[in-house]
Amino acid sequence: FSSGFCWGNSVERKIYIPLNKTAPCVRLLNATHQIGCQSSMNGDTGVIHVVEKAQDLKWVLTDGPHPPYMVLLEGELFTRELMLQLKGSSRISGLAVAISKPSPAQGFSPGLKCPNDGFGVYSNDYGPQYAHCNWTVWNPLGNGLAYEDFSFPIFLLEDANETQVIKQCYQDHNLPQNGSVPEYPLCAMQLFAHMHAVTNTVTCMRRSSLQTAFSLNPEEVCDALSDYNVWSTLKPINASSKINPVDEVIIVATRIDSHSFFWNVAPGAESAVASFVTHLAAAEALHKVPDVQMLPRNIMFTFFQGETFDYIGSSRMVYDMKMDKFPIRLDNIHSFLELSQVALRNSSVLWVHTDPVSRRNESIQPQVETLVEALINSSVGANVTLQEVGQSQPLPPSSFQRFLRAKSIPGVVLADHRTSFQNRYYQSMYDTAENILMKYPEGLSPEETLDYVTDTAKSLAEVATVVARALYQLAGGTGNTSAIQADPRMVSRMLYGFLIKTNNSWFQSIIKQDLKGLLGDELPQHYIAVTSLVNTTQLVQYVLANLTGTVVNFTKEECLNPEKTPNPEKEMYVYTWVQGSRDPNSTSRVPFCVQSTVHLTKAASPAFELKQWGSTEYSTWTESRWKDIRARIFLIASKELEIITLVVGIAILILSLLATYFINAKAHVLFSSPGDGGTVAY
Amino acid sequence: MTTAVFIGCSFIAFGPVLALCVCTIAAEPLSLVFLITGGFFWLVSLLLSSLVWFIAVQIGGSNNASVKKNFLIFGVVFSVLLQEVFRFAYYKLLKKANKGLMTVSQEETIPISVRQLSYAFMTLAIVPLHVFWGIVFFDACEKKKWWAPALVILSHLLVSGLTFLNPQYDGSLVPSYIIMMLMGTWAFFTAGGSLRNLKLCLMCRDKDFLLANQHPR
Repeated sequence: FSSGFCWGNSVERKIYIPLNKTAPCVRLLNATHQIGCQSSMNGDTGVIHVVEKAQDLKWVLTDGPHPPYMVLLEGELFTRELMLQLKGSSRISGLAVAISKPSPAQGFSPGLKCPNDGFGVYSNDYGPQYAHCNWTVWNPLGNGLAYEDFSFPIFLLEDANETQVIKQCYQDHNLPQNGSVPEYPLCAMQLFAHMHAVTNTVTCMRRSSLQTAFSLNPEEVCDALSDYNVWSTLKPINASSKINPVDEVIIVATRIDSHSFFWNVAPGAESAVASFVTHLAAAEALHKVPDVQMLPRNIMFTFFQGETFDYIGSSRMVYDMKMDKFPIRLDNIHSFLELSQVALRNSSVLWVHTDPVSRRNESIQPQVETLVEALINSSVGANVTLQEVGQSQPLPPSSFQRFLRAKSIPGVVLADHRTSFQNRYYQSMYDTAENILMKYPEGLSPEETLDYVTDTAKSLAEVATVVARALYQLAGGTGNTSAIQADPRMVSRMLYGFLIKTNNSWFQSIIKQDLKGLLGDELPQHYIAVTSLVNTTQLVQYVLANLTGTVVNFTKEECLNPEKTPNPEKEMYVYTWVQGSRDPNSTSRVPFCVQSTVHLTKAASPAFELKQWGSTEYSTWTESRWKDIRARIFLIASKELEIITLVVGIAILILSLLATYFINAKAHVLFSSPGDGGTVAY
Repeated sequence: MTTAVFIGCSFIAFGPVLALCVCTIAAEPLSLVFLITGGFFWLVSLLLSSLVWFIAVQIGGSNNASVKKNFLIFGVVFSVLLQEVFRFAYYKLLKKANKGLMTVSQEETIPISVRQLSYAFMTLAIVPLHVFWGIVFFDACEKKKWWAPALVILSHLLVSGLTFLNPQYDGSLVPSYIIMMLMGTWAFFTAGGSLRNLKLCLMCRDKDFLLANQHPR
């Protein structure tokens, strides 16, 4: 019984159990294909069947008497073979995957074996022997599941308690008793995930633009994946004008996004977070050096968003540089240093990858050698061994490849792998803090966990130290580099904030005042999404401003409106009013103004600017729109019982109509009795 | 529950009353007035009794399932008694309005049920039960036979109490249908029917089909 207030849906609560902690698989489209999953308009319903071993699948595919089935799959069995079997069957109406804890031991990567193939630098015109991973397969564990097209919905069950509820319902109603067929009512699950876009980006963008042009209430069907790149320079430059053509800039780059099979599940620990945290630590270390403002060359710290989807961020920046829309031109670039996946170093070796094709050029080769030499010199004394990979090996998937497409620039990519990735969970939901071996002792409070320095943090700080020292040398610095050290405590705090909990005291103190929704308590995800400025981009921006900027003594009005007090210095900087940390005794915060050189620049593929939706040159990834995504379980009755109910109802109605008509017609005969007519009739 | 089950259950539950309305009430505007008024009286009685139950539950304020069930039993008994009081009040009102014919049509749904079909069939039993109770009650008040309304109240309590036996549907449905048959027979005789009339009617049907087209009353 549910006493008390009846909000009108207590009957619904008695019938349906909603599944709240789920993540759907959505449809993404590019110039030629659609990938992901689709459900029917009013959801797909099916009888639940739990598949815990491969033999259980036979019931679903051939034996079971009540198709279509909704399969509840253990995470270990979520493989390409099984999924292709399900894809071909018409007896499946959907799939729910229970996340596997601990992660599958053999590794799991739904990405491609050759990530971003065709959008890097290697093609039939440039290093054809390296194109399409002919030389090295970077992600051998990749099964390409995320790039398949499924016609049924697939959901991820993130909460083990909900999975247990579903299994309990299955055991109570759906298990065959002693070999006999289970009877109705049966436990069923309904998944709603109807996607509006179809076919490919060309089709959906055409339909969306028709809607926007001609409809009063436009119903767009897809959105381009876009966000912002974060960049900052060591010496301040005027972002609204171009720098001197003679000036030289060294670009340091990392990516800040990742992906997995399911929407907005992208922990990306090894593929993105460790790299950009190392990058941030190196930037902090460099800014602490006293004579950096006198260095001959400038350094630009760039954080690219959307690299997972055919290099959205870097292709846009290269395009802007070519079109003169960016303060720095391609000719200003002296060299390029990229940090790829760096957290899983094997016996502390860090591999240096270079591009063999551009090194054949006589002017590029010595510059590359200088780069590598600076790196090796900087690693003396640190627990990092730098080794070059074979000179004929191509570059791994990296943003540097997009720059090479435009112009031959000397550059290196640092990674923890020599040939294929060390990361066995590349672009999957298992690429979490455990994957990069972040271990915290038991029983720590959140504050203590924030400040605890893990071994992973120490290892990444070593890499950051090497990178910072090398950059100092490359930028023309002549002083002693042994004082340049990255701070392991800061690295550990950043790792905690970007991998475990964004709502911690340090992040709270460095963000703007009115951004309460930015910090959450659930695990942080780093998917580019279609909304502008996802949490990751904003947090990277604030952390970079905090680590590389200086505190200035401005009031809130001066800080928020710097153009009011004219000063040529002010055009070179960006001012942010941050809320500051909380006093231990009071509940108020002490805000202050931070002066930094951190800028945001749009990371949307040039294909959408140029309206070339079928482009093979630039990324064309879009995400479909949808109305309703949810999941629920309930009991269903057999079709026969439903039809019987309807027939009996109609029969009773007809019967009572006939009986009443006859009794009414004969009433004067039936109810005539000697006496009054004023008695009660009926 | 799908659309088919919804339509099927609606027809099972409300088929007879729909037939009654279409054949007898709709033809005469006055009976429609009585129908609506009677229904309103019954609804008010339900509202008051549920208010009393709600207040009792709030005052009692417990989350224990058996305590809640006790409150519900109290609520149902009180509701039955209040419905009968309102039935009497309606009778008095109609008497005062000094009209000859009264029609009462009521609907009642049982609060607790999980299986929809049993729910529908219970409603199928309750609707005519109310009709029969109305017939007997008003006739008894007219003829000042006070033992008859007492029997009506008792049988109403019995049927409502039987629903507490749910989900043992054979325990609640079968006796309810038996009581409905008995009440139906009693109401038939109260309304002026007799075995002789019944035989006459049936034999008429056999002999003369034209007699079926009599004018409705």
